[in-house]
Amino acid sequence: MSDQLRPPAAGVIHDIGYRHYDGPRLGRFAITQALTVSSLRHAYGLGRSGKSKVMPILLLAVMVVPVAIMVGIENALQFDNPPLSQMRYIFFLQAVIALYLASQAPQLFSRDLRYGSIVLYLARPLRRTDYALAKLTALALALMVLMGLPMVILYAGALLAKFDFTLMTKEFLSGLVTALLLSILLAAIGGLIAAATPRRGFAVAAIIAVLIVSFTAVTVVTAILDPEGTHRDVASRYANLGSPFSLVEVLASFVLRGGGDWVPNTTQGLVFAAVYLLVVAGCCWGVNARYAKVARG
Amino acid sequence: MNVTIARLTMSTLFGHRRGLLLFILPAVLLVLCVLLALTVDDTADFSTALLQMFGLAVIVPLVSLLAATGALASEIDDGSIVYLLSKPIKRSTIIVTKALVAVAVIIVLAAVPMVIAGLILDFGDPQTALAFGAGTLVAGIAYTAIFTALSVMSGNAVTIGLIYALLWEGVMGQYVGGAKALSVQQWSLAVVQHLTDAPHVKSDVKLPIALILLVAVTLVGITLAISRLRSLVLSTAE
Repeated sequence: MSDQLRPPAAGVIHDIGYRHYDGPRLGRFAITQALTVSSLRHAYGLGRSGKSKVMPILLLAVMVVPVAIMVGIENALQFDNPPLSQMRYIFFLQAVIALYLASQAPQLFSRDLRYGSIVLYLARPLRRTDYALAKLTALALALMVLMGLPMVILYAGALLAKFDFTLMTKEFLSGLVTALLLSILLAAIGGLIAAATPRRGFAVAAIIAVLIVSFTAVTVVTAILDPEGTHRDVASRYANLGSPFSLVEVLASFVLRGGGDWVPNTTQGLVFAAVYLLVVAGCCWGVNARYAKVARG
Repeated sequence: MNVTIARLTMSTLFGHRRGLLLFILPAVLLVLCVLLALTVDDTADFSTALLQMFGLAVIVPLVSLLAATGALASEIDDGSIVYLLSKPIKRSTIIVTKALVAVAVIIVLAAVPMVIAGLILDFGDPQTALAFGAGTLVAGIAYTAIFTALSVMSGNAVTIGLIYALLWEGVMGQYVGGAKALSVQQWSLAVVQHLTDAPHVKSDVKLPIALILLVAVTLVGITLAISRLRSLVLSTAE
């Protein structure tokens, strides 16, 4: 199918016999870019109905408001040290991030499938891989905004409160790296589940179930294998592979050499990195394969 | 109760690999229990804690949410409920049938796995396992009523239901004192506490109050769902 979608010289599907347009056309890249931007806007309800703005804006507010209050307090009371680090904040509010992913990933992926508009996209010079990548990128960027905005506020607040500049910048940057790792993984997983079903409600439940059940299972297993919380037990360390949040938390402390509860040794870190890459690659491949099936009809 | 509606609801729930997720949740619980039983020596020590914090707080609300919204909300969402509403069937029959199907699914995919999980963790105490099964059943009935009502009232039933199940039942219901009295989880725990002698099972609500509230929530939820379905406005999808 993708072979037939090479931008043809004439007679593409949007030429339906009216006056011809012979001028320059924007190519695949421009379409992908436009699709990414519009999907990113849709992920926050921009350019859509008022009702669909409620959920994303509400969840964004839940992420941002506590930080804003905290920054206000640390500046007013002139704290000596910041009350919490950026990395901790993400994992502290992971339920909100999971809810955001669950409510918005189906908006980006399931709707086009359900209303059949995917056919119109695939009839353009855009290839299906471009479509899948554009949607995944938009979702990852939307998650990045969700996590990045509170971090920027925390950072700005820390600078205003005149905390140690180098330390704060280092913390901010490591927070951003963590957020990026988490966004990509969550977007890949959420995208795959959402693309698999045209039913929005089902996709929402499936995404949240995967995230919450895996995380609770990991927490329970870790607590039982490692009751004192020393993080020495090798099995309890590898148990963190079981859920996206704990996987990224460990991977980030491996990449950044610190920040989490414990730093994995090189072998463990490489295992975590390999699993991360495998999951992301597998999910992206899955999304692409799903659209290949859709395109065949 | 209408057999045809029940049959169709079952096929919406389990058709096209959709039921897979419903199976995954109890499967995770059971696999986790088996793994723990194989690796840890004294599983009996934390069996009630695991059944409560993972089973009653996470698995039961999620299975109930999937079953109840899958039975009703998805049909309203894709508009195929019109074909059902245009038939000469009482709205109450539709709601009650779908709720019963959801409860049947919960019995098979939440209550029975809970009993099995309890037995895997602590084989010497079948009474506690059965008590958790009964607790799951009463919680499942109440959740079904809540999520059925939610399905008729909102287009975002699943998301709202999730926020309720995770934040209210999962976090507040376990830690915040005031919220405990108003949480299905604690009410069902009161039932569990009554049926078992296990020392660590403790509910913050007394059994009579819990039973009254469970019945009240179920009745209010179902009645609300029926009355809302009588005047359902099919909104266009956003």
